[in-house]
Amino acid sequence: MNKKLYGLAALFKTPDEIIEVAKKTSAAGYQKYDIHSPYPVHGIERAMKLKPSKLGFITLVFGLTGSALALLLMYWTMSVDYPMIIGGKPFFALPAFIPITFEVTVLLATLATVIGMITFFFRFPENDHPLHDTDYMKKVSCDHYGLVIEAKDKLFDEAKVLEFLNSLKPESIEEIYYPEKETYPVLEPKFVTFLIIIAVVTSGITYFALNKLLYMQPFTWMMEQPKLNPQKPSTLFADGFGMRTPVQGTVARGFLPYPYMGQNNPTEFLQNPYLPTKENLQLGEQKYLTFCSPCHGNFGDGDSRLRGQFPNPPSLHSTRAREFSDGMIYHIITNGQNIMPSYASQVTREERWAIVNYIRVLQRAKNAKSSDLQVVNKETGNNASN
Amino acid sequence: MHQTDFNYQRKDLPAGFSKFGLIFLVVGLILAAASFFVDQTRAAFNYLVIYMMIVSIALGSLFLIALEYVAGADWSTPFRRIPEFFAGLLPVLFILVIPLLFLNHDLFHWAHEEAVKEDKILQGKAPYLNISFFVIRTLVFIAIWVLFYFILQRNSKKQDTTKDQSLTTKNIRFSAAFIPIFALTITFTAVDWLMSLEPHWFSTIFGVYFFSGTVIAALAAVTLVVVILKEKGYFDPWITDDHLYSFGALLFAFVNFWAYIAFSQFMLIWYADLPEETFWYLTRWEGSWVIFSLLLIVIHFIVPYAMLLSQPAKMDPKRLKFISIWLLFAHLFDLFWLVMPNMQPLKKGYVFSWIDLVFPILGIGIVLTVFNFISKKENLIPVGDPKLKKGINFHL
Ligand code: HEC
Repeated sequence: MNKKLYGLAALFKTPDEIIEVAKKTSAAGYQKYDIHSPYPVHGIERAMKLKPSKLGFITLVFGLTGSALALLLMYWTMSVDYPMIIGGKPFFALPAFIPITFEVTVLLATLATVIGMITFFFRFPENDHPLHDTDYMKKVSCDHYGLVIEAKDKLFDEAKVLEFLNSLKPESIEEIYYPEKETYPVLEPKFVTFLIIIAVVTSGITYFALNKLLYMQPFTWMMEQPKLNPQKPSTLFADGFGMRTPVQGTVARGFLPYPYMGQNNPTEFLQNPYLPTKENLQLGEQKYLTFCSPCHGNFGDGDSRLRGQFPNPPSLHSTRAREFSDGMIYHIITNGQNIMPSYASQVTREERWAIVNYIRVLQRAKNAKSSDLQVVNKETGNNASN
Repeated sequence: MHQTDFNYQRKDLPAGFSKFGLIFLVVGLILAAASFFVDQTRAAFNYLVIYMMIVSIALGSLFLIALEYVAGADWSTPFRRIPEFFAGLLPVLFILVIPLLFLNHDLFHWAHEEAVKEDKILQGKAPYLNISFFVIRTLVFIAIWVLFYFILQRNSKKQDTTKDQSLTTKNIRFSAAFIPIFALTITFTAVDWLMSLEPHWFSTIFGVYFFSGTVIAALAAVTLVVVILKEKGYFDPWITDDHLYSFGALLFAFVNFWAYIAFSQFMLIWYADLPEETFWYLTRWEGSWVIFSLLLIVIHFIVPYAMLLSQPAKMDPKRLKFISIWLLFAHLFDLFWLVMPNMQPLKKGYVFSWIDLVFPILGIGIVLTVFNFISKKENLIPVGDPKLKKGINFHL
């Protein structure tokens, strides 16, 4: 038999003995030894001179990760990606985030602690640990207390350890060997099929039993409340609709009604409230290229690629268009003109004024005066008289 | 397992207790009396802070005693005399409360008849918030506490000589009766003395908030004395890390409990955003009070939480000593934060005055002197208690 020795094990009868044994073993200088008992014996870790467990650090690290992840998730979803006003609170509403941060912290910390403890510290599932299936293990998990000194220990010498164990006056001593390598064919087809059948049958029966046979509504007053649901019929109103049209004159939040709809030339009341700043013009350019250029062309010449497929849109550089007031162009965008449709629902008020400013820039560029050139030259430092 | 044989020899408290107590008391009394002449209102508010601090330590200690009996805890039995001595401050409250009852006009807006006349809300609250009912409530509550203090403490001391186990049974019954009464009286005390400083404001969790701080203060005071006496060898050789760990763990638990309650109160008010509730917090956000409010979170939660988090920290006597002093200060700071912004001249922000420094001195003087007086000639350990042996051999 050329089995490899794992260690020597000794059994004891009382918890008092095992504490003495632990003290003597650590005093004798052994490092790789372990004590087994059917229940936690008070003071054993001190007798064994064990260092405090490092498990707490796993808890700490994962707890902090949990806080950080939860905060990051809420920050990203609620404040950056899809900001929504809830109860008039700021987008990054820290007090409202704290309960969730707390929950996620606790969740990650506890899960990591349990999983870390089982896998990292207990090495689960260590199926072929040499102590499995030994008499020693059977006894220490029942009514005995045991000590194992491993062969890996630097001081291990079979004869000496045997002598040491005998000096402790144990009930019995056992030699423990490594088991022959075993394999566990988890993916055996028979086993897998069996597993799948069991899974399907049990979940099917559970579903049927809980949702069809035994289904009872515990209480209904949450589900069936006397309230109006949008998109649902209602018996409260004569017309049978749950959804009501708002009262005449109701205005949506952040919306200003446009009082000149359908009129021809209301422009004397419409003043451009935006200065043609760089930002404003960039916004105007972007919106113009998106919404206007398909018909009016990139530079307003009316030469877009839709030319010929649609009643030709006019150039925006005609004298007529250049003499329009800002308000008139704004009005055309908002109201539409003949076959040009209204763009009020696509572009906001600010964007419309920005487009107007941008059209003014295009018009000025097409009809530049020589005085413009001089200003440019002055800025670039060239001779002004050129 | 190894049982420690226990022979108790009575020892006097370290001389420092009475010496420092007396010095603090005399200096505190002189300065406090002087401050009443300088600025009566400010002195009154400061005195209220200290009074509530003493109520916290005394009443919290009585609660700890009752809790030990009701929960059947044995680890704390060897140290039960310390909260019993602290609870000895309860009868003194009868004297300490007198100045406050006379100063009600300085403290309470609802005590001004002309203000109530013009105020619908205060008129509605007048059946509860009026001076005669207020005084009766205060005195009755103190009388109830003192009654329970005398019963529990007398039985416990009697046991030292008679070793009669039925006294423990009796005390368990009285403790069980005391705890619901304690819950009610401490809630009304918090409402009367702290919440009614701002009579328009209300928070249903306020009693629990005060309770959480109270237990911290009492626990910290007890822990501090235990650690000091341990350092001087009073509890040798049997006191173990497990005893200290239990103190640390309880402190840690209540630090968290306080934060939980404080945050619950804040978040609900912040979320509902009703002006009749939020103004209380907005006052504490006004001017330099915002620094106090933010510091409160750091002092009362973040620092003690971080310092007590790890397992070794909870049983390190040096750490425990520091953190108990820290937490006593934190509760005082909390009370200061609750009380002072209600003072009319401080509504717009904190303005420093030397008066604020005087009253803590007086408080320390009162607590130490009374503690010393009560504990004279008493056993520092309840030698007749049937749970004592188990408590001394306590293992986690
Ligand atoms: C679907 C193609 C189309 C789009 C897109 C379009 N327009 Fe027009 N636009 C027209 C047509 C066609 C006319 C001529 C309408 C008419 O017969 O009076 C017109 C007329 C105009 C006029 C009046 C010109 C004049 O001389 O009467 C202006 C100003 C104008 N558009 C601005 C815009 C702006 C600004 C946008 C972008 C928001 C835009 N349009 C988008 C088709 C379009």
